[in-house]
Amino acid sequence: MTPPLATVPLILTLTIDGQEVGAREGQTIFEVAKENNIPIPALCNLEGLPNLGACRLCVVEVKGARRLLPACATNVSEGMEVSTTNEKLQKYRKMVLELLFAERNHTCSVCVSNGRCELQGQAQAQGMDHVHVPYLFPKQLVDASHPKFVADHNRCILCQRCVRVCDEIEGAHTWDVMGRGINSKVITDMFEPWGLSESCTHCGKCVQVCPTGALFEKGKSVAEMVKKRQFLPYLNTMRKYHE
Amino acid sequence: MTENKKIRMATIWLDGCSGCHMSFLDMDERLIEIAQKVELVYSPYVDTKEFPENVDVTLMEGAIGSDHDLELLHKIRKNTKTLIAFGDCAVTGNVTAMRNTFTVESIFQRAYVETVDTPPKMPAAPVPTLLPKAKPLHEYVPVDFFIQGCPPNADLIYYILTELLAGRKPGTEVPMRFG
Repeated sequence: MTPPLATVPLILTLTIDGQEVGAREGQTIFEVAKENNIPIPALCNLEGLPNLGACRLCVVEVKGARRLLPACATNVSEGMEVSTTNEKLQKYRKMVLELLFAERNHTCSVCVSNGRCELQGQAQAQGMDHVHVPYLFPKQLVDASHPKFVADHNRCILCQRCVRVCDEIEGAHTWDVMGRGINSKVITDMFEPWGLSESCTHCGKCVQVCPTGALFEKGKSVAEMVKKRQFLPYLNTMRKYHE
Repeated sequence: MTENKKIRMATIWLDGCSGCHMSFLDMDERLIEIAQKVELVYSPYVDTKEFPENVDVTLMEGAIGSDHDLELLHKIRKNTKTLIAFGDCAVTGNVTAMRNTFTVESIFQRAYVETVDTPPKMPAAPVPTLLPKAKPLHEYVPVDFFIQGCPPNADLIYYILTELLAGRKPGTEVPMRFG
């Protein structure tokens, strides 16, 4: 039996880096590129969490668009011509990373995530050899009040994976963002110590999805924090079957 | 090859732990090969007291943490053709810069008063004065090349030095990262 036309997703054709690709309507550039093995760097994006467009590392050039567009937050359209890698994008991606490094205190050598950090990895992948802007060295909080986990805001890049996983997957919404611009910070409950949070279920999902050493398990020393994310595709698949 | 045709190289460690210099020594037998191409004119490895003029390459380990560091940095920049930030402290501030969220006074209070068993005494001249913040080299002077790592490993140091000595710009054959 032929399904009614309205439920059939519209198939679109576009080019990414000169390669013709097919996509379903409603997909993002990031998703389509991934399906076609065209890597686009990202920090806030994580498969299984809703798209946010916070880190701007996935910016791409779209022919006809006056500005660069975040691939994770831009839907594909018919005939779109996307470039994912060129000198201009490389320059902006390095700039994004340099600003992330400059606005907090990322000391890779003594971090629990040294060698496994996504920020550190992207700096290497994008060839960021030093930070051109002056470091701010801001005074940041370290919240070790939780019995199992620590939040070190020196290492936070405000990707909000913790906020999204806690709200959308765990359903607790312990994490949220407080403040604006450079003064933004992720907080637990109403900016109370994590250990006193009444909404936190102690599941640790936030810790496991955190791309840096900002959230980590208590007792882990330099380079010891391995993030385990197998639960994310598992829970998403289970949810899909239940819908 | 006569002695004066060698590349004039210097190394120095400022506000750092000497780990990068230890890693330099980890080049082991490759040091002999390097030594045939360079003349080490100033370094903790040799006994020159004054930083000389007309230096071709200087490897600078450590951040700029004191007035003495800063004075040396300006002198070395003036006397060096290619200045290399050697290791994370020189490139980012690294561990040295972890004091930057505290005041110098509160650090001295902790180090020389609160935690000592002997009668407390603050450091005074001729000990260099700490600057309010420890900063990477390039926040004061132009830097020609950056070697990341805490410490950078010996293979990376060897690769970059041999490329530079051969007059090439080092690529990414030997991976380099912070930490």
